[in-house]
Amino acid sequence: MSVFDIVGPVMIGPSSSHTAGAARIGLMARKILKDEPIRADITVYGSFAKTYKGHGTDKALVAGLLGFSADDIRLRSSFEIAKEEGMTVTLTRSEEETDHPNTVRIKMEGKTGTVMEIVGVSLGGGRIEIREINGFYVEITGEEYTLLTFHHDQPGIIAKVTTIMALGAINVSTMKVFRSAKNANAVMIICTDSPIPSDLETEICNISAIQSVIALSPL
Amino acid sequence: MNTYEYKSLAELLNLTDKYTLPLSKVVMLREMEESEKPESTVLDIMDKRIDVFYESIQTGLNDTTQSVSGLVGGDAARLAAAASVLLGDVSRRAAVYALAINEANAKMFRIVACPTAGSCGIVPAVILAVAEEKKYERQSCIQAFFTAAGIGAVIARNACVAGAVGGCQAECGTAAAMAAAAVVELCGGTPVQAVQAATLCLKNVLGLVCDPVAGLVEVPCVKRNGFFAVHALTAAEMALAGIVSVIPPDEVVSAMYEIGRAMPVSLKETSEGGLARTPTGKEIAERLEKAMREQ
Repeated sequence: MSVFDIVGPVMIGPSSSHTAGAARIGLMARKILKDEPIRADITVYGSFAKTYKGHGTDKALVAGLLGFSADDIRLRSSFEIAKEEGMTVTLTRSEEETDHPNTVRIKMEGKTGTVMEIVGVSLGGGRIEIREINGFYVEITGEEYTLLTFHHDQPGIIAKVTTIMALGAINVSTMKVFRSAKNANAVMIICTDSPIPSDLETEICNISAIQSVIALSPL
Repeated sequence: MNTYEYKSLAELLNLTDKYTLPLSKVVMLREMEESEKPESTVLDIMDKRIDVFYESIQTGLNDTTQSVSGLVGGDAARLAAAASVLLGDVSRRAAVYALAINEANAKMFRIVACPTAGSCGIVPAVILAVAEEKKYERQSCIQAFFTAAGIGAVIARNACVAGAVGGCQAECGTAAAMAAAAVVELCGGTPVQAVQAATLCLKNVLGLVCDPVAGLVEVPCVKRNGFFAVHALTAAEMALAGIVSVIPPDEVVSAMYEIGRAMPVSLKETSEGGLARTPTGKEIAERLEKAMREQ
């Protein structure tokens, strides 16, 4: 544990889980979209739904979607800025039970027409996890360099991806694979010690069974 | 490299003894070896945190508006403007700063969590008030924050610092313990005295629950930051006089954790008990809920 996690992080108040965490989920959502969001339909659950107003959770989520970090003072006026930049935001409070009390679902549409839906949870102390992307269960914390692949489940994919990484001298720290069913859609989440260069990202994306790749830098 | 690794307050003290170093230096050296960053970098990060602490104090004092809920705001300025009646200069300044920083937090300005956002006023208020009143240099303040961080890191590791896990004893209690140790070192006390100050501080707040009204980091959090700044100074004064806790430091940390786990969930940041469920607390929660629905 770094002492700067104790004297830190620097953030806009009032709550590390409900404000800073929410901003980080928004920012991660934007990175996953790989586009500038022009529309965001946000649904808040549990404690987020109960106390979002007083904690500025709504402002923080929008600030993140605008690309602001958790210590950016513009977080206070994120709704006004979103309006100026032509981003439409809707907010719904859900009574639905979720696994984690601080849960948010964001449906986003980007400038180039990309549509994505993510579910994020705020774990406390500003730490977050993206739990779902387009209906797929994932675990993304934003603490490491992460490569995400959406692919068709078939033998050899993992070997092909990790071979490309090995040849590029990229060290893998953790790796997880999820699939909806045998021979169906699958997701691979690979955390690495260093950033994945864009040529490697392209090479991985060109593997025949891989539909798309997202390379994420730490938050 | 794990030369300066410490897992408990006893291990931290052993390292200060083994290498004849102040607590702050051991904590800084551990941060350097763990993060693989040079001394200049870690000093610079802490230095920049102090800039934010001052920014929060100024914002808290100058902005006298209310928070979104209307529950807090303006008390730091109120205390600063009032004539001194009972408290000495250091205590008053510390209380004013702690209120200011936590009001800044409640009103969505920039702060440094220390160790959390709800308790963010205590450590900087105490260190900076003491440094200003006693004319300590910026460099000494930086070291004091490392001492505070070291104490906080041990408590976070062996117990917890989140109100949702251990109640307010874990959150504001840890902040006060961090602050007390830091100013003991700042005022020339020994590492043993600094750890004793943290211990006395924590021991005196055991059992304190987290029952925020309407789930917001406002009532009782803001005023509690002000109180705990003075509490930390009392503990530091006692430790500097040679007063020692009968129960050893790490045992007090364990006791805090055990008490935190035994605490009912209704009193751990869920706003289902205590102040949050008083008639007034419920009324406030209902009023804010209604305002949110109508929006």
